[in-house]
Amino acid sequence: MIPNPAPVMTDATFALTLVLLLLAPLAIAGMALVNTGLGRSRSAAQALLGNLAIVAVTAIVFAVLGATLAGTLGGLGAVLHVAGRSFGWVGTGPLLLGGFASASGQSQLALLFEFLAVAMAAIIPWGSGADRLRLAAGCAIAALLAGVVFPLLTHWVWAGGWLSQLGVNFSLGSGFLDPAGAATIHVLGGLAALAAVWIAGPRKGKFPQGGFATAMPGHSAVYILFGCLVALVGWLAFNVAGALLWMHAPLAALPVTAVNTLLSASGALAATFAVTRIRFGKPDASLCANGWLTGLVASSACAAIVTPAAAIVIGVVAGIITPLLVEVLELAVSIDDPSGAITVHAAGGLWGLIAAGIFAPQAGQLVAQLVGIATLLGLMLPVLYLLFWLVNRVVPFRVEPDGERLGMDLHELGGGAYPEFVIHRDDSYR
Amino acid sequence: MKFAGLLVMPAGFFLSIAALVLFPASNTAARTAFVLCGLAVEALGLVVAVRGHMEEQGKNRQ
Repeated sequence: MIPNPAPVMTDATFALTLVLLLLAPLAIAGMALVNTGLGRSRSAAQALLGNLAIVAVTAIVFAVLGATLAGTLGGLGAVLHVAGRSFGWVGTGPLLLGGFASASGQSQLALLFEFLAVAMAAIIPWGSGADRLRLAAGCAIAALLAGVVFPLLTHWVWAGGWLSQLGVNFSLGSGFLDPAGAATIHVLGGLAALAAVWIAGPRKGKFPQGGFATAMPGHSAVYILFGCLVALVGWLAFNVAGALLWMHAPLAALPVTAVNTLLSASGALAATFAVTRIRFGKPDASLCANGWLTGLVASSACAAIVTPAAAIVIGVVAGIITPLLVEVLELAVSIDDPSGAITVHAAGGLWGLIAAGIFAPQAGQLVAQLVGIATLLGLMLPVLYLLFWLVNRVVPFRVEPDGERLGMDLHELGGGAYPEFVIHRDDSYR
Repeated sequence: MKFAGLLVMPAGFFLSIAALVLFPASNTAARTAFVLCGLAVEALGLVVAVRGHMEEQGKNRQ
C-alpha cells in the first residue's frame, strides 16, 4: 500500500479543481494549433488529425493499462527495499479503471489530471515529427507513452513513488517537486521528441549535401500565435490544479501560482523578442511563440513554489535559451525539429526543474531536483530510444519518399487541409 | 556510436542513486558531488550520442 499524506479535500477545493481540469484541455488545443502552424500547409490536416488521434489513443491505452501502473496515493504498489529504504516503483491497481467510481474524490481528480497530462506529453513528439511521421507511428508512440513510460514516471513523481519520497527517505527537501508536469509531461515529451526525430531523420531537403540547413518556415503564424494564447488558459488551469492536487496548496496560494505562470511566460517572450531582435534585426514570430511556450513549460515546475520576482527571472532565462538552442540544434547538431519541441519542452522543463530547486526554500531541494533530472536523462531517454527503435521495426516512423513529396495530407488522407489554395512547388525537391 | 552513448547514460543515473544510498544525509557535499558526477556522465553519454547522430547525418545528406 502506498502511503497517502494528502489532507482530505474539501468540497470547495474538489469543485475548483474539477473546473480547472475541465479548462486544462485548452493547453492541448493550443499546442495542437502551434504544432500545425509550424508544419507545412500540405501536411496541416494530417497534423491536426494526428493530434486528435493521439489524444484518443492515449485515453484508451491509459484507461486500459496505464492507470494501473501509475497507481494512486493510498493505492496498491510494488516496492523495492534497498539498504533499508523503500523505493516504490510501480502501481498495481485494478485494470480498466476498476473501482474508479467508488474511489475518493482526490483520487478521481488525480486520474483525470493524468489523462490530460499523458495526452499532452504524447502530442509533443508528434509536432517534432511533422511532415514525415506517419499517423500510425504517432499513434504507436502515443500508445507506448500512455501504456508504459508515462505511468511509471507518474508513479514515481505523483503517486507516492521513490522520487516523491526522496525527502522522507533521504532528507532531500520535500522530495522531487513537479507540481504541474514539467518532468512527467514536458521533459518526457521533449525527450520522446528527440528519440523520435533521431529515428525518423530530417525532412527531405532539410540538410542538403555541402550546404547550410534549408529554412522551412511554418505555414501559419496565425495558428502559432493564437495557439500560444489558447495554451495560456490551459496552462493556468494545469498549474493551479497541479498545485492543489500534488502540493495540497491552500486556496489563498493559488492566485500567486497563476500570476507566476503569466510572469514566467511574459519574461520568456520579452527575452526571446529581444534576442531575436538583436540577432536578426527584427523579432521572429515563431521563435517568440516558442519562447512564450518555454516560459510556460518552465512555470510548470515552479509556479507553485517561487516568488513572482523569481518567476520573471526564470522566464527571462528560458526566453534567452530558446532561440539560441533552436539554432544550435538545427545548424550545429543537424536535428530537424519543426516545432522546436526539444528546446521548448525538454530544455525548458529541465530549466524549470533546476530553478525550482534553486528558488525553493527547503534545504536539499536542489539535490532532489537533480536526482529527478538524472532519472529523466539517464533512464528515460535511453529507454524511450530503445522502445522507439523496436517499434520502428514494426510500424515504420517515416513516410515513403513519395508521401513526403506529395505532402502528408494527400498521401495519408487523400485530401488537403486547404483544397481551394494553390500549393506552390517546393524548391527543396528540385 | 549513438547506441554507445545511450548505454553510458544509465551509468550516470545509477551513480546518482548510489550517492543517495551510500552517503548519509549529513554528508551533503559528498552527496551533491556524486549526483553531479552522475549528471556529468549522462552529459558525456548524450554528447557521444549526438556526435553519432551528426556522423550519420553527414553521410545521409541529400
